[in-house]
Amino acid sequence: MTVQELLDSGMFGVVNVGENLEREITVPFCCDLLSIAMGRAPSGCAWVTVMGNMNTLAVATLTDTACIIMAEGAVLDEVAMKKAKDQEITVMGTELPIFDAALKIYQAQQG
Amino acid sequence: MDEAIVLKYEISPDDFTRAGEASSDVKGKLKQLGVSPEVIRKVAIAMYEGEINMVIHANGGGITVEITPVQIKMTLADVGPGIPDVEQAMKAGYSTAPDEVRSLGFGAGMGLPNMKKYTDDMVIETRIGVGTTITMTVRI
Repeated sequence: MTVQELLDSGMFGVVNVGENLEREITVPFCCDLLSIAMGRAPSGCAWVTVMGNMNTLAVATLTDTACIIMAEGAVLDEVAMKKAKDQEITVMGTELPIFDAALKIYQAQQG
Repeated sequence: MDEAIVLKYEISPDDFTRAGEASSDVKGKLKQLGVSPEVIRKVAIAMYEGEINMVIHANGGGITVEITPVQIKMTLADVGPGIPDVEQAMKAGYSTAPDEVRSLGFGAGMGLPNMKKYTDDMVIETRIGVGTTITMTVRI
């Protein structure tokens, strides 16, 4: 499943549409501690988190994350939103808990 | 790429809004040079962790990145307080970061371990009250 397909699926709300939408999502990844995400987020993952500060965006860029899903109704703060737009990072949002959001992505990937 | 390409960055103290800019810039340059995505990822992660450390602990500092056809060498130099016990600082989970930093999702004591994990060589030179210089190399 590509980032565009995930956007089009309507599974999650659209917060920001970034670049590279034809990129294949490798795996959903759940983590709120940026120190851990920095070392563990797999390249091309759909990162599900509640942490919405600008460092989340920096970690996503540096680990080569495909897109970010904000779970539990969490939102990006103002600075983070600006960074998402500047760096063209795709961000989606959902009221679902982290695990449920990641499971939905996983199930969609399995077809 | 016959000669080494040298990039220099100044890291501002206590400015989390700018932390990551230097690593992002290096990432972009390596991409332009056609370096493989795996190598870029290693360099970006190791350097960002170093940047964050300099912002949190060391009143900022300077980073020099030397790119040659065989390796990428990052030298992170600060005039911060120094690391009293390097062995302890290298342990995953050990952290002296303040609560404010933890609330941003950092400070879990993974910085130095991540830097070591993602580089082929890492040397820490530190003196209390003088500063710390960390040299990391990623082979291409």
